[in-house]
Amino acid sequence: MSAAAYFQSLNGLDLLGRLPAAIAQGLFWGVMALGVYITFRLLDVADLSVDGTFATGSAVTAMLILKGVNPWVAILVAFLAGLAAGAVTGLLHTKLGIPAILAGILTQYALYSINLAIMGFKANTAVNAKSTLVISGLSIPRSIVVLLIFVAALIAVLYWFFGTEVGSALRATGCNQQMAKAQGININSMKLLGLALSNAIVALAGGLSAQYSGFADVNSGRGSIVIGLAAVIIGETIGEAIFKKHLNFAGRLIFVVVGGIIYYIVYTIVLWLKLDSNMMKMFTAIIVAIFLAVPYLRGQSRSSFRRAGKNSASGEGK
Amino acid sequence: MLELKNITKTFNLGTINEKHALNGIDLTLNDGDFVTVIGGNGAGKSTMLNAIAGVWPVDSGSIIIDGTDVTGLPDFRRAPYIGRVFQDPMTGTAATMEIQENLALAARRGRRRGLTWGVTADEKEMYREKLKILDLGLEDRMTAKVGLLSGGQRQALTLLMATLRKPKILLLDEHTAALDPKTAEKVLNATETVVKKDNLTTLMVTHNMKDAIAHGNRLIMMNEGKVILDIKGEEKKHLTVENLLHQFELISGEEFANDKALLS
Repeated sequence: MSAAAYFQSLNGLDLLGRLPAAIAQGLFWGVMALGVYITFRLLDVADLSVDGTFATGSAVTAMLILKGVNPWVAILVAFLAGLAAGAVTGLLHTKLGIPAILAGILTQYALYSINLAIMGFKANTAVNAKSTLVISGLSIPRSIVVLLIFVAALIAVLYWFFGTEVGSALRATGCNQQMAKAQGININSMKLLGLALSNAIVALAGGLSAQYSGFADVNSGRGSIVIGLAAVIIGETIGEAIFKKHLNFAGRLIFVVVGGIIYYIVYTIVLWLKLDSNMMKMFTAIIVAIFLAVPYLRGQSRSSFRRAGKNSASGEGK
Repeated sequence: MLELKNITKTFNLGTINEKHALNGIDLTLNDGDFVTVIGGNGAGKSTMLNAIAGVWPVDSGSIIIDGTDVTGLPDFRRAPYIGRVFQDPMTGTAATMEIQENLALAARRGRRRGLTWGVTADEKEMYREKLKILDLGLEDRMTAKVGLLSGGQRQALTLLMATLRKPKILLLDEHTAALDPKTAEKVLNATETVVKKDNLTTLMVTHNMKDAIAHGNRLIMMNEGKVILDIKGEEKKHLTVENLLHQFELISGEEFANDKALLS
């Protein structure tokens, strides 16, 4: 196909038509990213269990809805399942001394079997519901409205929680463990709580995802940590660029979700450009790597041995 | 107020790095005692403070604070009794949290934390008043992140946090050592003020002999994990550096090995 023919084949209206779906997906991935934010930013732990708990949330929700359970109740149960799975990671880390990153990997690995078991040892399951789903890819505008309300409520709850005494203690634990202990905070309990809460929210997002797409897949959570990180980092970078130092905690949470939406808009554009969507994982990894590297490289540009060497050679500072 | 009975602690037991850090410490602090602690490098000064704070369990002996045996409790469960200021100004505060949030965390030291708001309006007023006493202008920056403060400001804030709820015992571990001389003096004066005001039972490790002599009502000297000298009352008031060094050499039979202490 020639370049001219390629560009002719791209239809701007078509892209516009796909945007609502991107926004809806971005919103429930934004929920997932809020979960990642709790561990990654507030607790200062890279928790890889989320790849498993996202699928757990999907599987639990799909199976419950198949059994005729109300879809709202189904995602509530998904939340609790995620809470339990996160607690397992927390216990492996705090009670058995396994490094957090490894504890997460172990939980995630075990969850693959558990998720299969939940779905009756089938790799995927369609969501067939008699009652109206919370969200659905078949009614995107309604889903967006529901998700916006849902996300607003979740952010409000998180904002409140992290402002409470317990929430402050959790943030202190993530910031400075020695200080936290000196203030009588049980840092192991805080880590456990943070990991459980984070995975509960991720599982909730998995439940929403299953309802939206109409099926649950045991592989649906693969790489979700990277998408979550991408949303967190993209959102924070944009938020800080706009609001500078005035970006408060609520603003940060909002921008994490915005980051999820932007990620899915970019994803949609990649598909629209007829690029291979299988390459999206690599693009995502590259984006996350770049954004994670920027603060480090910025520091390096201010002060590095290379620069010191150059200055010395050119006679500056003599 | 504080009783240490025959405390021992050995690090790296059975390895080539085996170190008998505490060799049977016996020490009793009365209510309101302000004790300065000096000693050579590796004498066990910081180790003793860490033992009291519960950073790790001791090998043998008892630690009793205000009649409660805390030997079996980890650090965060001893926190209700203890206020701590560390040598590194970064250690005592949470950098990514606001000044008032840090104070609010300290105000709840040893209390059950619930789901009520982390910093209340009444508290903020109280913190403003307390920060004014430090005279560092922090009362106008209560919502600033602690990471933006200088080392001296952070150390002064840590001191305020450690004493916000009156501790049974205040542990100061070379808390001015990382500061420039001028700031160190300010923090030391602030220390003197708060300790006097609340009549706090205090253990202050310092590498500065003059400071050790100038502050407190009692001075102990440590060597090889033991308290080798305990000077209080009138005798403490008439101490001089030379006098102290002489006594050290008499007791230990060696020269005082702490360059920092001799040079400052």
